[in-house]
Amino acid sequence: MNINLTMIGQAIAFFIFVVFCMKYVWPPIMAALQERQKKIADGLAASDRAARDLELAQEKSAQELREAKQQAAALIEQANKRANQIVEASKDDARKEGEKLIEQAKAEIEQERNQARDALRAEVAAIAVSGAEKILETSVDASKHNEMLDKLAAEL
Amino acid sequence: MAGSASEYIKHHLQNLTYGKLPAGYERADGTVVDQATWTLAHNAQEASDMGFWALHVDSLGWSVALGLIFVILFRMAAKRATSEQPGGLQNFVEVMIEFVDNSVKETFHGKNKVIAPLALTIFCWVFLMNLMDLVPVDFLPQLFHLMGADYMKVVPTTDVNITLGMSLSVFALIIFYSLKVKGVGGFVGELTLHPFSSDNLILKIILIPVNLLLEGVSLIAKPISLALRLFGNLYAGELIFILIALLPFWAQWALSVPWAIFHILVITLQAFIFMMLTIVYLSMAHEDSH
Repeated sequence: MNINLTMIGQAIAFFIFVVFCMKYVWPPIMAALQERQKKIADGLAASDRAARDLELAQEKSAQELREAKQQAAALIEQANKRANQIVEASKDDARKEGEKLIEQAKAEIEQERNQARDALRAEVAAIAVSGAEKILETSVDASKHNEMLDKLAAEL
Repeated sequence: MAGSASEYIKHHLQNLTYGKLPAGYERADGTVVDQATWTLAHNAQEASDMGFWALHVDSLGWSVALGLIFVILFRMAAKRATSEQPGGLQNFVEVMIEFVDNSVKETFHGKNKVIAPLALTIFCWVFLMNLMDLVPVDFLPQLFHLMGADYMKVVPTTDVNITLGMSLSVFALIIFYSLKVKGVGGFVGELTLHPFSSDNLILKIILIPVNLLLEGVSLIAKPISLALRLFGNLYAGELIFILIALLPFWAQWALSVPWAIFHILVITLQAFIFMMLTIVYLSMAHEDSH
């Protein structure tokens, strides 16, 4: 067990290895470790965020679906109402049209009746004239007159 | 396996030593060196006569080679380090680094960029050096014997020079950080005014040598205990492997296998203890505890 230079040699080698380890081994591996740690933490945070986003999106889509359903219901109701209105309106129109037609027909009938009456009157006048002529030409006979007047009345 | 059991054991515990023999030294084979020469020792006596100016080529060689394996392996992982999905090597290196980082963070609460890489280097390097203990004791020495090397001790941590070299480096760091954090006055005060202190100035001065002795011993004990704990454990383990190797070859496995399995625990534990104590000592150096 001799104490000799080996001790110094070992101390020098020790120093060199420690410095090498300190400069070229420790820092890169520590950096990689820390970077990986950060990456994993970031990844976990991102997955949390994604899960939260998913939940939000699901909620939102459910809400939108609900709104769409409501809108559709409202639209259908509106359309029904509108259809009823249209039917009512056309019924009204039809009734009005019918009344107008009836009115028109009545007016026409009235007019025709008036015309007929006028024509009758003219004819009655002509007949009266012709009757009067006949009476003037022949003797006026009451019975004959009556007979003629009856005829006249029948003709009216 | 030539010679007696005692020779076999001694041979296994002898380092391959390259050192300086003084002028006029008579070598083992009877030749006398004319002037001071640097050469490989041919036996234990020569190695010990070389004194301080000698290198244990085997210990240092294996230790540097294992250290290189560690830094190259970890550098490869560091170069390809990615924050994406890691590969097998990166996984392993990351596990090691997180383990060391957690150990450091549990004990040391200040800010220091040296301690964590230092602890990593100590743990991996000491572990690899200890791991050489599990290579069968005769395997590598025989291989190197064929290549011409007389001695080959393959477990660097069974060489007290290696463990002392590391623990004294740690000791230097302890002194450095003590001075840096507490200042010269604070450090000297810590050594001289505690644990015994008094409000009386004269008594305080009288107590200084006592405190210095106590604190000085506890300070010096840190690197010594650090080095000798690791050395002692591994030396003992190695010695038991050598003793087991003295048994007939067909009986060796019955003892060497259980001992090797137990030793896996020892080598890991000793590497961990060396690392943990280094962290503890350095965090103590950073704290103004008094």
